Amino acid sequence: MRYTDEFRDPIKARALVAQIARHAPPLAQRLGRPLQIMEVCGGHTHTIFRYGLKAMLPEDAVEFVHGPGCPVCVLPMGRVDDCIALARDPAVIFTTFGDAMRVPGSQGSLMQAKATGADVRMVYSPLDALRIAHDHPEREVVFFALGFETTMPSTALTVLQARRDGIRNFSLFCNHITIPATLRAILDTPDLCLDGFLGPGHVSMVIGNRPYEFIVERYHRPIVVSGFEPLDLLQSLWMVIRQLAEGRCEVENQYTRVVPEEGNAAALAAVHEVFELREFFEWRGLGSIEQSGVRVREEFASFDAERKFRMPNLKVADPQACQCGDVLKGLIKPHQCRVFGTACTPEMPLGALMVSSEGACAAYHRYGRLNPGPPRPETVAMAGAQP
Amino acid sequence: MNARLQPATPPSVVTMAHGGGGRAMRGLIEGILVPAFDNPILATLEDQARLSLADLGAHGDRLAFTTDSFVVTPIEFPGGDIGKLAVCGTVNDLAVSGARPLYLSCGLVLEEGFELAALERVAHSMGCAAREAGVAIVTGDTKVVERGAADGIFINTAGIGIIPQGIHIAADRARPGDVVIVSGTVGDHGIAILLARNELALAAPVASDCQPLHTLVASMLAICPDIRCLRDATRGGVATVLNEFAVSSGVGIRLQETALPLNDAVRGACEILGLDPLYLANEGKLVAIVPGTHGPAVLAALHAHPMGREAAIIGEVCAQPQARVILSTTIGGDRVVDVLFGEQLPRIC
Repeated sequence: MRYTDEFRDPIKARALVAQIARHAPPLAQRLGRPLQIMEVCGGHTHTIFRYGLKAMLPEDAVEFVHGPGCPVCVLPMGRVDDCIALARDPAVIFTTFGDAMRVPGSQGSLMQAKATGADVRMVYSPLDALRIAHDHPEREVVFFALGFETTMPSTALTVLQARRDGIRNFSLFCNHITIPATLRAILDTPDLCLDGFLGPGHVSMVIGNRPYEFIVERYHRPIVVSGFEPLDLLQSLWMVIRQLAEGRCEVENQYTRVVPEEGNAAALAAVHEVFELREFFEWRGLGSIEQSGVRVREEFASFDAERKFRMPNLKVADPQACQCGDVLKGLIKPHQCRVFGTACTPEMPLGALMVSSEGACAAYHRYGRLNPGPPRPETVAMAGAQP
Repeated sequence: MNARLQPATPPSVVTMAHGGGGRAMRGLIEGILVPAFDNPILATLEDQARLSLADLGAHGDRLAFTTDSFVVTPIEFPGGDIGKLAVCGTVNDLAVSGARPLYLSCGLVLEEGFELAALERVAHSMGCAAREAGVAIVTGDTKVVERGAADGIFINTAGIGIIPQGIHIAADRARPGDVVIVSGTVGDHGIAILLARNELALAAPVASDCQPLHTLVASMLAICPDIRCLRDATRGGVATVLNEFAVSSGVGIRLQETALPLNDAVRGACEILGLDPLYLANEGKLVAIVPGTHGPAVLAALHAHPMGREAAIIGEVCAQPQARVILSTTIGGDRVVDVLFGEQLPRIC
């Protein structure tokens, strides 16, 4: 297939791996531990496992840390409970992306709610939900708006379209979240152990590269915005390692074929027209993070399910045994969690990272058991001085 | 009162009367099903089919017996319909034991309001598929349920076939050094159904691969009577079948991603939807494990058959890691190919 096979070329991959194998070990030696590079986006995690990239890298010199960039995984249980309460309202048709169906709330998942009579429908785009609203004027159609800056513009444009078309029985349950605030929260973790970032390509396509500058300026970690094919990831990893080796610390863009420096002005305008920042948003595993979520502006209140419907809106604590937060912050690897593969499996997920195919734990469980690496260390190695 | 006041035309949809055991039901059986299935054993309309043991015994020394139920939305799709699926599915479950498929039953559950014209098309399609597969639908049952209690039509078919002497195909017979063969492109049926539902704004020329595989199996057995393992890769796809082989045989299976035959449109749809073709359903593709020494000959036999032109050797059996399927990816990495818990769900971004 043209335009994808070029980015899966094993010869070019070997050349990049050879570069990484030459330059990563001396850096790891200096730190006394493997380099810890976080891929922020769940799509990256998927590629790393789907193509078995981990096994290609020099052992003990560099490791991927799977970041928070799976929107399904960081959704707190209380919000899932709200979804289910909405979906159980006989007046409501509740529409959602497929991979949100299995996320467990405290009262089960949307899939279980559907099985017991709730009208939950899987859609592939918010426009599909709008079409359902148009076709069922007698029902209220709620779209479960979810995701980072990548999916925000399509939700915003759908609201604008609904207003233009005068559709009144359509609303969003808004759970959109923002990447930069989340990275800041992770970087503020006291015992953080990260040497650099692979930046999220699709988010950056919308917001551009500027919003990451604080990472290099304030936290002194290099970040390379990366594409999603295996060669993209290997090249981006190589670019991070080269920065570390040369003592540089910059925002670089590997995904230039998609990501413009300033982002997508039209998409950002739609997002700003419809949404505004929330003071706080609750994340599963990470707790409450300042300015990390958006809500629907007052002007569009009639499209906001949170204003239109009464919802339980309860905070539900994450299961105690679950260590999703530590995995998200890179403090432990998925298989080092105390319930990984025992109390928490893809069949019966306890933590959200086990739910989505992009969740780090689900990916480890599904693809990674070939060579999972060392068991949980007694103490987590501390990050050394950063360049 | 005029006794001749009858509806001018018979109802064009299935009604509860069609399941009532009376004249309406008899009309449905004799007017639609018997002519479509068209064979002398069924035509006697006894409560059971009567089959000659001597005739059965002439084909081999063991009876193969299987059953499968078919529910699919939409009931008609590019490459087939629920009727063809119901015949091919059961024929293939028999064929992969090495059996010669002979007789099928047909149990219908019809929803009140289902169009009789659609039932006629499905029945006709079952009859055609049965004739093509050389089997006879010799007994059956019809039930009608109230509107909303079923989705149009559900079909159950059971089938019997006879396994020739000396054929011993089983999931626990894979040995290190054997090779893994698929009989053609994978995932066609799964993607065809997904696209036929019209929920995706995607159009691609993909037809279901729904087809009876017993002649293909016969041509493989003619070259290599010692086929170790054989399954048709339906729900759960090639990945699930190979995991069953690996676990039952206590061996490892190593696949080459680049060797997997894929229709371009299926590959494209998988890329867009984030689906893995190894887990997509097929309705006319075999997964076989044969001794390594016989691999090239079996492959040649498949290539010579119209249903096996795109067959390929996609991997090999090894001693380690036990009970695991490993894929060497296009880029040169390795990953585990596990069994899914449920169905694949498309990814957000």
